[in-house]
Amino acid sequence: MTNKNKVKISGWGGFPKLMLDLINVRNEKHLKIITSSIGKFITRGNGRSYGDSSLSSICVSNIQNNKILEFDSKTGVIRCESGVLLSEIIEIFVPRGWFLKVTPGTKLITIGGAIASDVHGKNHHKDGCFSTSLIEIRLMLSDGSIVNCSQQECKELFLATCGGMGLTGVILEATFSLKSILSQNIKQTTIKTKNLHQTFDAFEKYADATYSVAWIDCLSKGGSIGRSLLITGEFSDDRDLSYSSKKVVSVPFNFPSIVLNYFSVKLFNALYYFRAKQGVSHQNVGLDSFFFPLDSIDSWNRIYGRNGFVQYQFILPKKESLEGLTKILEKISDAGLGSFLAVLKLYGKENENYLSFPMEGYSLALDFKIQKGLFNFLKELDQIVLEYNGRIYLAKDSRVGKSVFEKGYPNIEKFREFRKSQGMKEKFTSLQSERLGL
Amino acid sequence: MNNNWILILGASSDIAIATAHKYAQNGYSIYLCSRNIEELKKEAKNIEIRHKVNVSVLYFDALDYESHKEFYSDLPVKPKGVLLAFGLLGEQGTQQKQFELAKSVIDTNYVSAVSILEVVSKDFEKRKSGFIVGISSVAGDRGRSSNYIYGSSKAGLSTYLEGLQHRLCKSNVHVLIVKPGFVATKMTADMNLPDLLTAKPNEVSSAIYMGIEKKKNVIYVKQIWWLIMLIIRKIPNFIFKRMSL
Repeated sequence: MTNKNKVKISGWGGFPKLMLDLINVRNEKHLKIITSSIGKFITRGNGRSYGDSSLSSICVSNIQNNKILEFDSKTGVIRCESGVLLSEIIEIFVPRGWFLKVTPGTKLITIGGAIASDVHGKNHHKDGCFSTSLIEIRLMLSDGSIVNCSQQECKELFLATCGGMGLTGVILEATFSLKSILSQNIKQTTIKTKNLHQTFDAFEKYADATYSVAWIDCLSKGGSIGRSLLITGEFSDDRDLSYSSKKVVSVPFNFPSIVLNYFSVKLFNALYYFRAKQGVSHQNVGLDSFFFPLDSIDSWNRIYGRNGFVQYQFILPKKESLEGLTKILEKISDAGLGSFLAVLKLYGKENENYLSFPMEGYSLALDFKIQKGLFNFLKELDQIVLEYNGRIYLAKDSRVGKSVFEKGYPNIEKFREFRKSQGMKEKFTSLQSERLGL
Repeated sequence: MNNNWILILGASSDIAIATAHKYAQNGYSIYLCSRNIEELKKEAKNIEIRHKVNVSVLYFDALDYESHKEFYSDLPVKPKGVLLAFGLLGEQGTQQKQFELAKSVIDTNYVSAVSILEVVSKDFEKRKSGFIVGISSVAGDRGRSSNYIYGSSKAGLSTYLEGLQHRLCKSNVHVLIVKPGFVATKMTADMNLPDLLTAKPNEVSSAIYMGIEKKKNVIYVKQIWWLIMLIIRKIPNFIFKRMSL
């Protein structure tokens, strides 16, 4: 009845890779049987978290349950099952003038995953995390019972579930609101800066932009440390809603690990930086290129080779950001371990959810190909993050130590106690939750 | 949206649902018919919202032959096409021991199909238009010890559909026989199927849609099944009898 399949899978970073049992949930009745008849497991969506958040010796996938159950075309409120992908919502509703209130940098994640990681996007400073758009979650708990939770109802469960990495139950359905848009195009502004100071100033100057993010050259040295392209955007009002998903090209195989080295990455970064016009420039782009540039390359994670990569994402409180980031960027540049996908962003206010990542401050995300010495190097970065009272993002993580992790999350004990008291600890576990004692 | 409807019989199957989406995407309104109406209501809503078409859920019991005439005449709009997707696989071993089980396979896969499709054919013949898609099986291409009860019921269905093809082509009605091979569905979730030979439900539905567009008579969803079944059919009996298939 629970028909397990042995499969070898990993998160998006390709590390760690694990032989495990994968069970595909057919419907709620089936899930109830699974929950009561097998031991510990973790729910898995589209497998786009980078590390080990959705890995366990038994994984339960709810991705086949992807029905849209209700949609109110006046208010933009939608109710759907948790296996629906953000890309489906976009394809269906953008032509009707609706878009996600909050979307991360990939649309290839499920609604369940968006809630479990309480994802955020380029508008965090204005609109917060995905949970801001949430009205209600329908969840199966460890005893197989089904409950609804929201800001009003079973609030503790709601706060623990948003950002709770699937550790409170299996998300079955969600009700959330979309935002109305007039166009599928984005008016984009690119601001080229010469160093970290200028980058910070630019973020402050463009704080009113709805969407903003900076691509940062993390291999630049000396006076140009932190040189960036700050990219901001607003939905256009040109009434063009003729959206169709961008064509996808594919990385057909794992690149040999030599392809990405210090010189190739440095060259790429320099070219990318110099290609942009000096000062401030304006572009008109489709929403796929603006929000999801990497989704148009299928399996882009393969460029890091067979051993995979780590995406290291941390955030520092605003007032300590400049000093902390300078220190970290110097360290990365000295070690020559940088990546070409370093993303810097200024975040808005922290929410109440126990394990949500964002706080008011600057976050930096970088990809590192897994190679000798990397993990020790990241431990050194961890120490700097701690020194400046920062935290590490669970959805990206596959290696952080317990003591480093918990210092960054002041509500961690609340989360742990809640899990314990509700019997969740005996049912929902991932490699990550075991490593971090969640 | 055009004003065409497709009547899907046995709409709870994964192939049926995938086909419903495919036709809805192409502007068809959908009748979803099955004994499990409750389950289907969610799916109906899902199709309606995604594709902005009308979806109607109707109770239909394939084994209740008496009801078929009335069921069809009660349809508010007569469909342009019919997908016959219901079927019963069961387990050969127990069917050999209990005739009742064998009979229910034959009744579902063959007798019910004849009962409802005769009603549909009469209407299509009169209207001189329409299409009928029957989900048969490669298992019907040659009897084998491991599944000949299911196989023979599908052989009966295939031959019946062939006959309909012959009869209805004169009336501009197209009949498509689908032999999907392995498909990853609820029905086969417990089996360990080889990837190369196994189609996904949406591959089946796309093949059906194209099969109708291109006026095909018989389709094997994965081309390789055509070859496999050709070989299986050509194996001489004295060898075939020694093989365990």
